[in-house]
Amino acid sequence: MAALSVGDLMVRYGSVTAVRGVSFDVAAGSVLGLVGESGSGKSTVARALVGLTPATGSMRIDGADLSSRQARRRVQLVFQDSRSSLDPRYTVEQCVAEGLTGVRGRAASARVAELLDLVSLDPAVAGSRPGDLSGGQRQRVAIARALAARPDVVIADEVTASLDVSVQAVVLNLLRRLRAELGLTMIFISHNLAVVEYMCDDLAVMFDGRIVEYGAVGEVIGRPEHPYTRSLLAAVPEIGQRRLLSESDVEASAVTDPASAGGCAYRLRCPIGPAANPEREICVTTEPAATAAHAHHAACHFARELDHPVGPRG
Amino acid sequence: MSAGHEVAGTPPAKDGAEPPAREGARRRAGAGRWVVFAGRRLVRLVLSLLVLLAATFIMVHLIPGDPVQTALGDQATPQMVAQRRHELGLDLPLPEQFWRYVTGVVTGDFGRSIVTEAPVADLLTTRFPNTLRLAGPAFLLVVLIAMPVGLFTAVRTRGGRGRHVRGWFVNVTGLLNSIPDYVLATVLSLVFVVTIKAFPAAGDEGLSSYVLPVLALVAGPAASLSRIVRVEALKVLDAEYVRAAKARRLPTGLRYWRYVLPNMMTASLTYGTMILAGLIAGTVLVENVFGWPGVGTVISQAVIQKDYPLIQGILLVLGAAVLLLNMVVDVVLGVLDPRSRLGEL
Amino acid sequence: MTAAFRGPRPGRLLSGGVPLLLILLFVFLSVAGPSIWGEAASASNVAEANQSISAAHWMGTDDLGRDILARTLVATRNSLVLAVVATIVGGCVGIGLGLLSAMSRRLGRALGALINVLIAFPALLLAIFFAVLFGIGSVGSVLAVGASFAPGFARITQTLTASVVSKEYVEASRVLGRGPIYRTFRHILPNIAEPVVLYSTIHIGTAVLALSGLSFLGLGVQPPVYDWGRLLNDGLTRIYVTPGVAIAPSIAIVLAGLTFNLAGERLSDLIAGRRSAPSARRSQPRPAEPAPDPAGDGGGALVDVRHLRVTYASADGRVTTPVRDVSFTLAPKERVGIVGESGSGKSLTAAAIAQLIEEPGHVEAERLRFMDADLLTPDDSTRHVLGRNMAMVFQDPGEALNPAIKIGTHLIEPAVIHLRESKPDAKRKALDALRAVAITDPARRFEQHRHELSGGMKQRVGIAIGLMGEARLLIADEPTTALDVTVQRQILRLVDRLGARTEAGLLFISHDIAVVSELCDRIIVMYAGFIVEEAATADLLESPAHPYTSVLLAASPRMGLDKSRPLVAIDGRMPGPDADLPGCYFAARCPRADATCLSDRPPLRELADGRRAACWHPLTEPGDVPTSEGATI
Repeated sequence: MAALSVGDLMVRYGSVTAVRGVSFDVAAGSVLGLVGESGSGKSTVARALVGLTPATGSMRIDGADLSSRQARRRVQLVFQDSRSSLDPRYTVEQCVAEGLTGVRGRAASARVAELLDLVSLDPAVAGSRPGDLSGGQRQRVAIARALAARPDVVIADEVTASLDVSVQAVVLNLLRRLRAELGLTMIFISHNLAVVEYMCDDLAVMFDGRIVEYGAVGEVIGRPEHPYTRSLLAAVPEIGQRRLLSESDVEASAVTDPASAGGCAYRLRCPIGPAANPEREICVTTEPAATAAHAHHAACHFARELDHPVGPRG
Repeated sequence: MSAGHEVAGTPPAKDGAEPPAREGARRRAGAGRWVVFAGRRLVRLVLSLLVLLAATFIMVHLIPGDPVQTALGDQATPQMVAQRRHELGLDLPLPEQFWRYVTGVVTGDFGRSIVTEAPVADLLTTRFPNTLRLAGPAFLLVVLIAMPVGLFTAVRTRGGRGRHVRGWFVNVTGLLNSIPDYVLATVLSLVFVVTIKAFPAAGDEGLSSYVLPVLALVAGPAASLSRIVRVEALKVLDAEYVRAAKARRLPTGLRYWRYVLPNMMTASLTYGTMILAGLIAGTVLVENVFGWPGVGTVISQAVIQKDYPLIQGILLVLGAAVLLLNMVVDVVLGVLDPRSRLGEL
Repeated sequence: MTAAFRGPRPGRLLSGGVPLLLILLFVFLSVAGPSIWGEAASASNVAEANQSISAAHWMGTDDLGRDILARTLVATRNSLVLAVVATIVGGCVGIGLGLLSAMSRRLGRALGALINVLIAFPALLLAIFFAVLFGIGSVGSVLAVGASFAPGFARITQTLTASVVSKEYVEASRVLGRGPIYRTFRHILPNIAEPVVLYSTIHIGTAVLALSGLSFLGLGVQPPVYDWGRLLNDGLTRIYVTPGVAIAPSIAIVLAGLTFNLAGERLSDLIAGRRSAPSARRSQPRPAEPAPDPAGDGGGALVDVRHLRVTYASADGRVTTPVRDVSFTLAPKERVGIVGESGSGKSLTAAAIAQLIEEPGHVEAERLRFMDADLLTPDDSTRHVLGRNMAMVFQDPGEALNPAIKIGTHLIEPAVIHLRESKPDAKRKALDALRAVAITDPARRFEQHRHELSGGMKQRVGIAIGLMGEARLLIADEPTTALDVTVQRQILRLVDRLGARTEAGLLFISHDIAVVSELCDRIIVMYAGFIVEEAATADLLESPAHPYTSVLLAASPRMGLDKSRPLVAIDGRMPGPDADLPGCYFAARCPRADATCLSDRPPLRELADGRRAACWHPLTEPGDVPTSEGATI
């Protein structure tokens, strides 16, 4: 087991800043969830951690710096779409073996068979190509490949987003079992809050390249402090709830661009911000800082006002 | 597919790139966007012209052996060579030579032919318009043939339909593509000039002189452009917006006119430019067959005689024509299709 | 279906074995030509000089009396070898440049710009330039043609490499710690090899033409060496005296060009064919078994579908059936949701109702009606009924808008065409519609193009277009799948509000049963092209009858799950559209399946109070989830 620590992570693409100073710790053997809309920077955080995107800031596993290529192998990423994350010309065995180092020939085959067994795949699929497998099977091959590198931290980036719901559960159950058996530290990225709640211990909500709320998953979902988290929770469709058509936590506008710098990035859409309460000028003038002092915190000037617990079940 | 669909891609991945694209669109709204667009195109044109100038300039210096010695022949004494080198300014330092070359070209001085001693500029001004008089009509004809043929074939061969049409189309265009223009020109003159005597043999003697050279030039490019048009049209015909237009029961004619045609224009025109550029070069060969008084009939002779100032001049003019043409088409595309303006920026 | 009939394809002969035979012929001529005809080709005989076509010299003789046919055959070696070498030269340089420019970011920009400039120049112009540089002769012309090909090769390599480099499997390789050399040789090159080989094949033909062109201009091989272009050049000078002498080299050049062109064509067909061919067995689907009709006779229904079946015939005669048997009705103002996983046939069902199935797709049904229009025998009035009264919203909000026309044009068109409104009236109405879907500053948006709008806004425009007619039915095909949840909520609220205002019926297609349950009165569950269950929303959620529905509900994650227990899951995959099973298509994954389920297809039966299910062993107890044993991992 190993703990991951990220400090002041910044990612720039040319003149655009995709991640603006993100810091978090993932305790050894725990799972951190990252949620947020497209463009919020959650996938960019994942790419930066595995070295696919140049970034500034500190990234450490158990205190050891992650900047060399060898050290990077300790963090592995499982991609969203197994159709494109597995080379169509490789056999399943070749795919998984790509993650191995220092093992060749029969030893490698044996290790691959072991890994396939670990992800509940019939070792007989070792000879087939990714195109002949179902989506769920392919995603398990991708997981086996990541495990072949013996990582300390596994990042799962929307791993079930392209799977059908009946198969999604298979992959989620597998990840939970692996985490328990291998003591993996995980970052679980998803847009599906119900899945995140089920999979994670802690939860970070991202908006416009920042973490706007952070805390234990039960805390954040049960007692959301940031208005964005509340809108997000209110927008999660749930069987038989008919909550989406209600009036609770409806965003103030349908603007999709984050507000320009200088104030709170969420202010244009915020249901309790200046769009709804014009006297709240501080949202326009001052960027809210997250008070990282205590466990559950939100980057909002008026976070304290949300004292009434409004969870999705409430 | 999901709401948080964040496929990690190349650096400007969806995750980070969407906001800038939108901000960019806003910032450049209105006429300012046009100035930026046109400005960039102009800069690109000037840079390309400089590359062209440098290439033609360096060409002479890269040739193995001394071009002056070669041009003057073996009998020339070292003094004669030195004298000639001095006359041509070849004894100056390279940057100065290049500067003189550029200023010369800008003021219309392309030097003098080594062989005939006539100013290259005079030759170009009399001959180059003749080349354009062949390439221009040929290009128009290529577009007028390829667009309807390609579109029609696309409609007839959608979704695996019309296998016969597709088979014929592929084979006929393949055949036309494999006949080089100078062979076609030869065959045409064999049949129509030598055997039937329907057209004048050579030179420029009025309208009837155009028929065979233009025909020889058009066949191949028309075949390849209609292939490209077909492929592009098939892509557009399968696009969701064409399906959406069908779902709104817009009449067929309107669907083709407003939904299919403008969207297949971008790619087709881009290829069309390359084809027109090819046509300008193609005239070199065809002119030789028909004795057309363009630059093409001069260049092969010039290369054999190692008449470098003349080669430089012809390559410069033909190259500049190609670059200008590209710029014009880019601007036309910018007008027709707003996306192409943003996409490039 | 006419798919069974396959006539002889006119191109088959040409694109099949013939190019291969021709290539073999050319190879033979290149190898053996000079030793067989070499003597005849070089034997000069002044007495027979400058002859035209004759019995002794089929293609005439040249100015030294040498036989032109023999010379043409002998010239094959020179012409082809030089062409192949030129292609290899151009290919190596170009592929190297292309790989470099696609893989290194800094270098890539500079190289890319250079390639962009070079590619604008016609190859012949470049070839002349390089011919001057490298000198006149065989070596010079090969290098010149090779150099003129390099930009093209560089461009195609760059494009292909860029698309492979951004693939996640290459990124995954990086994450696993593999270096750039491993990635280039193990992932990138194998995945770009096919198109590059294809491109090279076609370019051998082009090289033949280009080299002959240079020779024709006198810039290629020099006497006494000769190739086809040289022979043609010689022939041309005598064209008025003895016209026949240009024929042999002309034929040779065209034939070589055509051969490699067709070979490339054939190769690309092979590649495409292998890609698209699934490893499915041929099957002739049996006719749908007659199932009892849905409740009621469909009188007064907005949509009435009986035994709908959608088949697709592929070019090689295989028939697949993505929609196998679908029957349902939709009453005016009713909101019906169709739920199913990808490949269940839900979107094609909607497309069949909207008359959007195109060749090679084929729609069969016992009945397919919308309002008063019979969609099985559409006529001109059907078009107007559909145009006026049926609106459709698509999954990808951006792709459904024409990038070349203004947003406003999309809105005006239906009103002008189907309602015969004047343009100013239609524009007024369009601005109202944009306002109704909560688009700010409608007058400005009206003038914009699709790339200037965000995803949510594009979908609002899609809905606004639907408002321009007099919609009695809105078909929404996964309208929120591509959107973020907060935007999804806005769109769903909009659909709900506008539906209530216009009193239009709604057919809402989604893979997400939670989304459907928010909006719809009734839910239809589809699996493998069948309706497996249909019931009022509350009933279906409370006590699903079909085991699949029950698994679907149990497997959908919801807030507040017990974290100590695994999720309900069923592994396996849905039978594809090419499958042909006698029994229930869910049986292989169903925990309740028995021998009957595998051998006999369960009909869609009415169970109680308007709910229907196609199952031999429907669940009767609410909350009776058929899982746990063996189904989960």
